[in-house]
Amino acid sequence: MSAEAGKLTLLCDVKTDGSFLVHHFLSFYLKANCKVCFVALIQSFSHYNIVGQKLGVNLTMARERGQLVFLEGLKSSVDVFFQAQKEPHPLQFLREANAGNLQPLYEFVREALKPVNNGEAAWRCPVLLVDDLSVLLSLGMGVVAVLDFIHYCRVAVCWELKGNMVVLVHDSDDAEDEENDILLNGLSHQSHLILRAEGLATGFCRDVHGQLRILWRRPSQPTAQRDRSLTYQYKIQDKSVSFFAKGMSPAVL
Amino acid sequence: MLDLLAVGGLVLLRDSVEWEGRSLLKALIKKSALCGEQVHILSCEVSEEEFREGFDSDVNNRLVYYDLFRDPLNWSKTGEAFPGGPLGALRAICKRTDSGPVTIALDSLSWLLLHLPCTMLCQTLHALSRQDVCPGDSSPVRQVRVLGLLHEELHGPGPMAALSSLAQTEVTLSCTMGQASAHIHCQRPRQRPTHQTQLFSILPDFSLDLQEGPPPESQPHLDPHTPPVDPMAHLTFNLRLSNKEREAKDSLTLPFQFSSEK
Repeated sequence: MSAEAGKLTLLCDVKTDGSFLVHHFLSFYLKANCKVCFVALIQSFSHYNIVGQKLGVNLTMARERGQLVFLEGLKSSVDVFFQAQKEPHPLQFLREANAGNLQPLYEFVREALKPVNNGEAAWRCPVLLVDDLSVLLSLGMGVVAVLDFIHYCRVAVCWELKGNMVVLVHDSDDAEDEENDILLNGLSHQSHLILRAEGLATGFCRDVHGQLRILWRRPSQPTAQRDRSLTYQYKIQDKSVSFFAKGMSPAVL
Repeated sequence: MLDLLAVGGLVLLRDSVEWEGRSLLKALIKKSALCGEQVHILSCEVSEEEFREGFDSDVNNRLVYYDLFRDPLNWSKTGEAFPGGPLGALRAICKRTDSGPVTIALDSLSWLLLHLPCTMLCQTLHALSRQDVCPGDSSPVRQVRVLGLLHEELHGPGPMAALSSLAQTEVTLSCTMGQASAHIHCQRPRQRPTHQTQLFSILPDFSLDLQEGPPPESQPHLDPHTPPVDPMAHLTFNLRLSNKEREAKDSLTLPFQFSSEK
């Protein structure tokens, strides 16, 4: 997968856990020497670090050398309530009675990825990774507020800094979550690449964990040839993921 | 589809994740610009560079660009935000003083609908698309055309119906026999609504290539000259019995009937 600049990649999962894609992109961009801002709202730092080490990256060292800016949502959300803040905390919305906006979180991201001129070798293109956006809806943010946050991040990261964004949204499928559907569709319209991890329609399988639909989109370019899409099935292993064509799992051949 | 540019009023371009509509919007903008019209663009979703990409200088010089992408909500506080935000931008377009036919492109109506009350947006669209540059002119041709890009998965039936009622034309993008197609519904005052399906493709320079294709399978009106199909033709069984067959059937003794012979 080539790393084009200024692109938004949307990860979504339905009836399965798509977090393996988050771990892949985190290790991919760190290995590619990119400056990464990771808004991690779901798991702890150590969780991502343990998985990262299996994929060949050390998040602790990446953070210490300034390559990785890590917002650990689970830990810093407590700071919002128990520590006095001079400036608005990135997760300030947790304190507010009325669902406001995510401007403090956007300011945090912009500050984290702004170029630093300190004479050292610059990192390659900046990358924003968010795991995940659906939890913001669960925490009381309105869907328009989340879309506005992503809009401003696209302006800062994709347009101004020519970096990339990777965000994960869960698909509620038949749970009829209207706000989540609007979030997913709204982001889909803005995305250049959509990776959709789906559980198998027939249920759980030991040797095939799901299928991955890949849709390349060109939001502003003429579609003389239709957007390309591919579907693979996959099996998650300890240190990698193996992909194969539908029905071609080694276990069934 | 080129009739869309011959009449004014509001034209809704309804697209989906699978069938994006921005390239068709840009193709229609190019057509208008090359006809000598001035084109006002309110852009909320992509940067100006990305929007202008693919247009040559003839087209770009006729575009009046209102940038709501960079700082639509004035978060940066650098003064780059458009004064008054999205509503201010729409009002600025309403107050334009150019004469002659004009096309106004809203990219996108969905963004505006998510950030403005539906009633306010509908009132503004009504004001935009009903403007006549020459109030005293009795010519039936409207001078203002508003092209609105609408991502139909993002809105409920209420706002969609409200916008449909305002629109003179709705273009829904999809696929017909593997080819991009536009289903065009026109509603003109005092005329019957018309439906049309047009196959098309958009070239890399945003020229519109309309294609001939076989008529769609589902016709809203049957051809009165087509003879009706006889449902009893080519059956593999008899629907009626002959007299002999009826007599044989009536004289048949059924297994469960008691008779003196058994």
